[in-house]
Amino acid sequence: MAASTELAEPVARRQSGLARTASAIALLRESPVGMIGAGIVLAWVLAAVFAPLLAPFDPNATILPFQRPGAVDPTTGKTFWLGSDKIGRDILSRIIYGGRRVLIYGPIATACAYAVGIVMGLAAGYFRGWWDAVLSRVSDIVLSFPIFVLYVIVISTFGASGLNIVLAIVFASAPGIMRIVRGLTLDLRNRDYVAAAQTRGESPLYIMFVEILPNARGPLIVDACLRLGYVTITIGTLGFLGLGLPPPDPDWGGMVNENRALAPAFPHMIVYPCLAISSLVLGLNLLADGLREISIRD
Amino acid sequence: MTADNRKPVLEIENLCISYFTRAGEIPAVQDFNLTVYEGESVGLVGESGCGKSTVAMAIMRYLGSNGGIVGGSIRFRGRDITTLSGEELRQMRGSDIAMIYQEPMAALNPSLTIGAQLMEVPMVHERASEQEAYGRSRAMLADVRLPDPDRLMAAYPHQISGGQQQRVVIAMALLSKPSLLLLDEPTTALDVTVEAGIIDLVAEIAREYGTAQMFISHNLGLVRETCDRICVMYSGEAVETGTIDDVFQRMRHPYTRGLFGAIPLPSANKHDRPLVAIPGQLPLPHERPSGCNFGPRCDYFEDGVCAPARIPMHDVAGTASPHQSRCNRVEEIDWDAPPVVGQVNLPIEPGEPVLVVDGMRKYYELYDRSVKAMISGDGTRYVKANETLTFNARKSEIVAIVGESGCGKSTFAKVLMGLETATEGTITFNGVQIQDTEVQQRPAAQVASLQMVFQNPNDTLNPSMTVGGQISRVIRKFKVETDSDKIHERVMHLLDMVKLPRDFYHRRPRQLSGGQKQRVGVARAFAGNPAMVIADEPVSALDVSVQAAVTELLMDIQREHGTTLLFISHDLSVVRYLADRVVVMYLGQIMEQGTTEEIFSPPYHPYTEALLSAVPIADTTVDKRKIVLEGNLPSVVNPPVGCPFHTRCPRKIGAICERERPSVLEASDGHGIACHIPLEQLRAVEPVFFTVEPKSPPTAGIPAR
Repeated sequence: MAASTELAEPVARRQSGLARTASAIALLRESPVGMIGAGIVLAWVLAAVFAPLLAPFDPNATILPFQRPGAVDPTTGKTFWLGSDKIGRDILSRIIYGGRRVLIYGPIATACAYAVGIVMGLAAGYFRGWWDAVLSRVSDIVLSFPIFVLYVIVISTFGASGLNIVLAIVFASAPGIMRIVRGLTLDLRNRDYVAAAQTRGESPLYIMFVEILPNARGPLIVDACLRLGYVTITIGTLGFLGLGLPPPDPDWGGMVNENRALAPAFPHMIVYPCLAISSLVLGLNLLADGLREISIRD
Repeated sequence: MTADNRKPVLEIENLCISYFTRAGEIPAVQDFNLTVYEGESVGLVGESGCGKSTVAMAIMRYLGSNGGIVGGSIRFRGRDITTLSGEELRQMRGSDIAMIYQEPMAALNPSLTIGAQLMEVPMVHERASEQEAYGRSRAMLADVRLPDPDRLMAAYPHQISGGQQQRVVIAMALLSKPSLLLLDEPTTALDVTVEAGIIDLVAEIAREYGTAQMFISHNLGLVRETCDRICVMYSGEAVETGTIDDVFQRMRHPYTRGLFGAIPLPSANKHDRPLVAIPGQLPLPHERPSGCNFGPRCDYFEDGVCAPARIPMHDVAGTASPHQSRCNRVEEIDWDAPPVVGQVNLPIEPGEPVLVVDGMRKYYELYDRSVKAMISGDGTRYVKANETLTFNARKSEIVAIVGESGCGKSTFAKVLMGLETATEGTITFNGVQIQDTEVQQRPAAQVASLQMVFQNPNDTLNPSMTVGGQISRVIRKFKVETDSDKIHERVMHLLDMVKLPRDFYHRRPRQLSGGQKQRVGVARAFAGNPAMVIADEPVSALDVSVQAAVTELLMDIQREHGTTLLFISHDLSVVRYLADRVVVMYLGQIMEQGTTEEIFSPPYHPYTEALLSAVPIADTTVDKRKIVLEGNLPSVVNPPVGCPFHTRCPRKIGAICERERPSVLEASDGHGIACHIPLEQLRAVEPVFFTVEPKSPPTAGIPAR
């Protein structure tokens, strides 16, 4: 694609970041699947940001238990759109507020895992030799360990807090990311532009982070979207196992856990939190598909 | 007229092919006509994107999901194949029409033996018995001059060399006795001496089997050696068709003429007959001009005549055989006018030696970790990538290092650049020994004065950085300028120097064409005012018309700055054109070195002689002796003892060649030949190239080859 963009003389030194972001969004518009995914994810992000405006009730207030979806609260006249749980909290409000936790801890954990995985992968792939041998064996050991047992051990030992959840996820996902980055680096380090950088005496750090990493971004962005989906599931599962964030603040997995005994009689209590989790994961997966589609095209 | 009595095998009429993309319909080939007669070879020549491969794919009806024939007809033996059903197509492909692709390794299934893949052809197409199929496959392997067919039948593709693989692919194509063979750049991925063998084979097959051939290539020299007729394509259209002699000697289209001016023919000379590049670049398929596609790049363009109407094919008067040109001014242009001569340059006197390489060796250690090796104690073997290299390069001089893959030229470049260190010997650059210093330990000024231009245009620039960013990084790194305004100014100056528009500063590499990327690569290499630039096949991946422009640019800058250029190449025609001195390498050793003149005339080293004879020449007034090397390139892990070339040498004199490494014979001052054959005998060898009288305009009849 050789777009002939005419630039005014004299030639400016930088292109505005805004223009580049705009063109990236324009690119995504070419993939309908990606747009749907982005739409779902964006909807959840907006819901989480504007939770105080959107949620009809206080998420932790006990109002009326065992309300079916659509029931009306006689005292305030507001509707329980998705019903209420066994101690009388509004499910819709809890789902909206619960999104905040997932959307804060998910991206933080994924970003941290990426930071660790990228550094390990670049070092292993670029230096090879001993670096590669040691880092790859370490990641093999971590990857060979059943992940959930690992989570249970980490969180039951160090306690359920946001930080520990992030640490556990970083520990479990960084080796996988390292593998991907290492593979990409092994390929990219043989490119002529890396040789050009080497022959002008650039430092290994510069080569890894400026010459190699930006060119690996395509597959990494796609993988990050997928991984964010897995992390969402993981956070939900940890919540369900009672290893999630401490109550009473709402947590999607925790909501399912709290109400699972009543599920046969009141299915709405667990169906809606489950739908919340799966819609966010689906959105992220569709977004990843769309991004992959675009990256293949170029 | 060429073949009234011969039956046409393939008739293509007014063929139009389009690809359907998001951007809409993109016409890839327009109004294409071609007839191939029995036993005839037709060359289809053009640069990338001209539609030559699309035509081949259309003949196979294999255009992919988004391509389609939108007009015209393709008749194969009188039958229109554009309307065939899937089942009929399958019958036709592989049995009536066979295709040979560029990458032999990709054409063979790595998990099946060669025998199994060959036998499949008669078994599927002719329902032959297994025994019969085996016998025929074996015989065919012998026919394509492969040694030891029985062993090959049981071998897997990766166990044989690239040249052998391509022979197997050719054997496979011939097994079904096709009436038409499509060869799509069959030798582009191979070494020159191997290529020569394949070209020989292809020509022989045409004679022996009478198979009609369509030979697709970008190399005019190859087409001259293999074909009877030629069809030159430009931007989706055939622009000139005719016999080889007609088109090569009496070209009647400005594009064809431009092409011949842009390739280094033996008559070209960098001082008084420099190459003339075709200005501009190929239009993209959806940005073609109205009227003549070549119009914007043509010196003879005349509005009203050449545009806006589409140009039909015109018969060229005065030839017996059909010769057509898609030029409306074919009658008006004075074709005999001497071609425009580019800028004439005076030869430059080389100065003091800049680079002195003395006895440099580079060995790589290979560890054999098998139990057997541990017991016998010889676990470490050496790859002798460079064996006692001794040569020098002077200021303002262009020294070419020539050799085929595995000859160690790239290893030498790595040691020189400080990406590897030498095992033994010295490399002195500007008076400083650098053989043991890695690039990071070298002082910035030294690194800046020794820079490199890389081979692959798609790889040479970082895709995620702008052109301006990449060049300014070099300037900043080498501390040529520190002030950011000055740096910006200097980038602009460098863009001017490599003749790129200034607004390329913000372009990313994917928005650039191959030639433009290579120009940025040149600008980057010269950003630090280097004393010496190593160019590793800088133009071999570019299109012919662009090659000339980049070659000339590189030489202009080199001349202006007095830079020493170390030009690594396998293409002897380019080397002859631009190098002052040549170093010929084979398996890590220097076989011969001397001035370009000395290398290209006797006495030759037998390897140089074979290399020279393998160069395809697109000049019908020059002919050459054919020397086809037997055997394969030996592996560098296990090189032959004695003279490395003795396994393939046609002039081997006896046991001494297998035993002792030859010492260097001094043919003259600076001209050394490493050979056991006495100098007198080498001097007596006839030159590889000789001039022939151009053939008189062909009269009726099949053009003789």
